Amino acid sequence: MTHIKSLKSMYYTAKSSFLTIIFCFISVISFANQPSTNTIVDTTSVGSESEHAHTNAKHEESHGEEKFNINKTIMEHISDAHQWHLWAHTSLPLPVILYTDKGIEIFSSAHFGHGEESHIYQGNYPYQLIHEKIKVVNEQGEVNPNIMVLDFSITKNVASMLLAVICLIIIFLSVSKSYAKRGVGAPKGLQSWIEPLIIFVRDDIAEPNLGKRTAKFMPFLLTIFFFIWFVNMLGLIPFFPGGANVTGNIAVTMVLAVITFIITNLNGKKTYWGHIFLPHVPWWLYPLMVVLEIIGIFTKPIALMIRLFANITAGHILVLSLVCLTFIFKSLTVGIVAAPFIVFISAIELLVAFMQAFIFTMLAALYIGMALEEPAPEAHH
Amino acid sequence: MELVTPSIGLLFWSSLSFFILFIVLTKFAWKPITKTLKEREDSIDEALKSAEIARLQLESLKTDNQRLLNEARVERDKLLKEANEIKDQILAKAKGDAKSEGDKMIAAAKEAIEMEKVNAMNQLKTQVAVLTVDLAEKILRKKMEDRTQQEVFVNDSLKNITLN
Repeated sequence: MTHIKSLKSMYYTAKSSFLTIIFCFISVISFANQPSTNTIVDTTSVGSESEHAHTNAKHEESHGEEKFNINKTIMEHISDAHQWHLWAHTSLPLPVILYTDKGIEIFSSAHFGHGEESHIYQGNYPYQLIHEKIKVVNEQGEVNPNIMVLDFSITKNVASMLLAVICLIIIFLSVSKSYAKRGVGAPKGLQSWIEPLIIFVRDDIAEPNLGKRTAKFMPFLLTIFFFIWFVNMLGLIPFFPGGANVTGNIAVTMVLAVITFIITNLNGKKTYWGHIFLPHVPWWLYPLMVVLEIIGIFTKPIALMIRLFANITAGHILVLSLVCLTFIFKSLTVGIVAAPFIVFISAIELLVAFMQAFIFTMLAALYIGMALEEPAPEAHH
Repeated sequence: MELVTPSIGLLFWSSLSFFILFIVLTKFAWKPITKTLKEREDSIDEALKSAEIARLQLESLKTDNQRLLNEARVERDKLLKEANEIKDQILAKAKGDAKSEGDKMIAAAKEAIEMEKVNAMNQLKTQVAVLTVDLAEKILRKKMEDRTQQEVFVNDSLKNITLN
């Protein structure tokens, strides 16, 4: 039994480390050439993939017609923004909150205008929005790198997340109220829709990993499950108030992973730390094993962070690429052909939205369960 | 690289919103909901258990009923049997009584008949005797018209009569 358990934990450690390595590798490859192109492209277009495409774009522009840039479009859609694009040239301005050495200041993002060229807004410093980053500039429009600006703005992602939080609170408070009203009676309406999910989280995610400690971690697991799922689903809605790539943003997944990391290690029992600092291997393997185990502590949350981020972002990129096909070929036929694919991929993304919430919660429960592991009876020796 | 660089604002806001969500939902949703779910499961469990007990009780009640019914049936059979026996006995007794009564009556009748016979015989005997005496008188009268014959006869008769 203990043998199987330790095998299992080893398997998961190995798996998550492997995944982490793969993801890191992928991100290194895909972003390796980014800085160099960025500097060149600054004035024309963002993130063209090669010099060839870049010159092509320049060529098109010189003919007075802007070439459709798929890279730019997709990056715009999956990254954060200071205003929420509604339709055509209409955007919802969002509050900008900045902290500089002169203190906090709050103003509307409408001051930056919208479109390609951002206006300079004169606050404590002259600010300008350059590629969705707020920078301090001088009169000539050159970035002043000496003044640090901490941007706590309510961006599109933040607004979307706050909306999700409000929706979740409303939904679950109403469900909770129905529980209070019906007591042990049969569930009805929204309650009967939510209940199987709660029971699913409890019986299929928490219990197998946490055993009799389930009740203590249920609030965390339920919150993380419903938060990730709801936000994922919100991101799949192509128009306002959806469409923000919240769980596909590394900052959000990092926060979730760090919380899981903290909970896991705060609840680590003797056995857990024993596995890390006194693994069951010959003493001369200690330098290697202890280092690996310590790395393992961190690879688990990093894997959680990257898995969610990469899956959701990949889904958004996939759907957006299919949508963009029509505009690249400027052909209605392509659009008609692409439409069923978009529907199909979107349907898969619905599944992925649930799967990623499930996997994140499952692994969080597994890691916590591993940390809680009771000392195994010494059967071997 | 921008895609994998977490921005401070989003880190701050996601931590804050997650904590708010976690605290609010834990206090107002997860705790009461999981508690009610647990209670409901317990109550269902209890209901099932008590249903099982009720079922067992019903079953034992049924077997009890069956037993009572069987006992009643046995009792009824016994009573019927006894009644039959009594009936037979009564019939037999009645038959016996009737027979003896009949016998008695027959015997009495026989006795009466005998007596009547004896009476009749006696009367007959008397009648016969009277007739005989009458006849004898007549005959004697006829015969004894002469003296000699009377004497002869007397003598003969006297001879014949033995004294006993």
